Amino acid sequence: MLFHTRFLLPAAVITIRSAEAGIKERGTTPFISRKSAGKTIVKRASGKSIDAAETECYPMTNMIHQPLDFEKPIFELEKKIEEFRQLSSSEGIDLSDEISRLEKKVKKLREETFSNLNAWKIIQLSRHPERPYTYDYIYLISNEFIEIHGDRRFKDDPALVAGIGLIDKHRVVFIGEQKGRGAKDRALRNFGMPHPEGYRKAMRAMDLAQKFGLPIITFIDTPGAYPGIGAEERGQAEAISASILKLASLPVPVIGCIIGEGSSGGALAIGLVDKMLMLEYAVYSVISPEGCASILWKDQSKAPLAAEALKLTSYELNKAGIADTLLKEPPGGAHNDSKLMAQTIKDALLNALEELNAIPPDELVKNRYARYRTIGQFREAAE
Amino acid sequence: MPLFGSDNKTKNSLDGLWIKCNNCGEIIYKKEVEKNLKVCPKCNYHFRLSSEEWINILIDQNSFHELWPDIESIDPLDFKDRTRYRDKLKETQKQTGKKDAIVTGYGLINELFVHIGIFDFNFMGGSMGSVVGEKITRLIEKTAEEQSNLLIVTSSGGARMQEGIFSLLQMAKTNAALSRLNGSKSLYMALLTDPTTGGVAASFASIADIIIAEPKALIGFAGPRVISDTIGQKLPEGFQRAEFLLEHGMIDMVVERKVIKKTITQIIRLLGNTGRRTVQL
Repeated sequence: MLFHTRFLLPAAVITIRSAEAGIKERGTTPFISRKSAGKTIVKRASGKSIDAAETECYPMTNMIHQPLDFEKPIFELEKKIEEFRQLSSSEGIDLSDEISRLEKKVKKLREETFSNLNAWKIIQLSRHPERPYTYDYIYLISNEFIEIHGDRRFKDDPALVAGIGLIDKHRVVFIGEQKGRGAKDRALRNFGMPHPEGYRKAMRAMDLAQKFGLPIITFIDTPGAYPGIGAEERGQAEAISASILKLASLPVPVIGCIIGEGSSGGALAIGLVDKMLMLEYAVYSVISPEGCASILWKDQSKAPLAAEALKLTSYELNKAGIADTLLKEPPGGAHNDSKLMAQTIKDALLNALEELNAIPPDELVKNRYARYRTIGQFREAAE
Repeated sequence: MPLFGSDNKTKNSLDGLWIKCNNCGEIIYKKEVEKNLKVCPKCNYHFRLSSEEWINILIDQNSFHELWPDIESIDPLDFKDRTRYRDKLKETQKQTGKKDAIVTGYGLINELFVHIGIFDFNFMGGSMGSVVGEKITRLIEKTAEEQSNLLIVTSSGGARMQEGIFSLLQMAKTNAALSRLNGSKSLYMALLTDPTTGGVAASFASIADIIIAEPKALIGFAGPRVISDTIGQKLPEGFQRAEFLLEHGMIDMVVERKVIKKTITQIIRLLGNTGRRTVQL
């Protein structure tokens, strides 16, 4: 029996449920069923019990698969196949030849479309609203998870989540940016843009990892650290910098995984790692293509050009040695089969854990230094 | 992340006999401003300085020695926007007479030894790419190795977009070096001048042992325009200025240019390595 303990916001709510009973298939996207949420204990911090359905903050139940623009021809064909199927069952007409012809066609079209994606299409996939987020992967990868909250300074930031989990036999600390699912939750999680208190919570999790000798796994998925008045007042720059500084000297393995948008300092704050995994349709960049276009082209609509110029795809970053491992996504992207994606990530994490756990702590820190020390390209004339 | 291009609007021409203050708009006799360390005598606005001007103000005469002057960018992404990055680099190098946006070296401050790095804002907005990151990292490593004192004078819009991910990861590189410096018991001071934002603010500039800022310097993670666009509001008066950061506990002191050398000397005497008093030129 697998158990997850999970805190939900805005009230501190604890949900303990059976993962097996709680995750159901709908299409291929796992979601948390409200009715069959297994054994559910829900409590407010005040002790007053409330209905689980009222607070469930990221149910994927009402998700309607929305095609991106470039996916539309594929969706049209799929719709046609579905119509033929219905027709053949309701009218008793044998359309199996036609259906199998169309299925072959759709498979070919999908392969063609996805083997030829430009940077801008990959950007759209990396931001796909149905893409699995940090919580999804934690759930699918770990058999136990207990979330921690707050920076012990100011507040809890729902845009960055952290906790202790179990992957097979490995105890690990998870840290990751969390975008919201659904309008309410998206707002609550500030679209995955942390405030300084988010990074300070991350540092608390790092301290726990150090104290208990646990490896850290970070899931990177953010449009950037939040640019707002409160964030500046409370030292966004300092929080990011301090988090990077802390990661540099941690005597435990640190594994990063870019699962969606890896944008700017907000991504790097949890991105100084021993090993970086990167999903095929994730991106990692110094600035968003829109931001870059508006500064360098003075025209935000040039974002597709900027996306190309920034060389931010997994293929390019893998080639440049920034992403050590490129994790192939299922046909059509991670959201089309999040279980398969999670299994791919889990296998890669287990490999990385095995490799890094064998390295003594001081050597680990030394290697990490060497990894970043050599990043950068320049020429130096002989003096 | 980078917020200022090289074609910034506030650029001041100090050619001619008279100049206009960016802050109060007063027309001032140029010689008077220069005599006043490029501070407006009317409103105390601190004009941006070049690395040479900072060396003149901070470092004892004839004691500055430059390190690694020949490192140059190689345009790792073959980046092109409306112009090619490598052309822009060449043009900026020609205009400024510098290879990139930072000068590094060592020298004496009132006979106390320091390793020093100074940004040049007029070189592509003081942006940090591979060259700036490498020079700062070497400077930090050298400081740690010699257990000397480190001073970085910042003026930067942030990471250099044209070098993409390599620029972003300079933040990781410099901070990793600083985590080593912390083990060497060397003093690290940051002097934040107008402006210090983006990837420079979110890395080495914000985690010095002592952080000093110049009056009214703009300091922050995101640029004011990005913030007001995001929240759809006008920003409060004085937001992200040095005095605002002091009030919110993010910096140690706001120091006027006329006493900056004295202040830094005092900090080195109290916290730093005071043993070495000579330089090899």
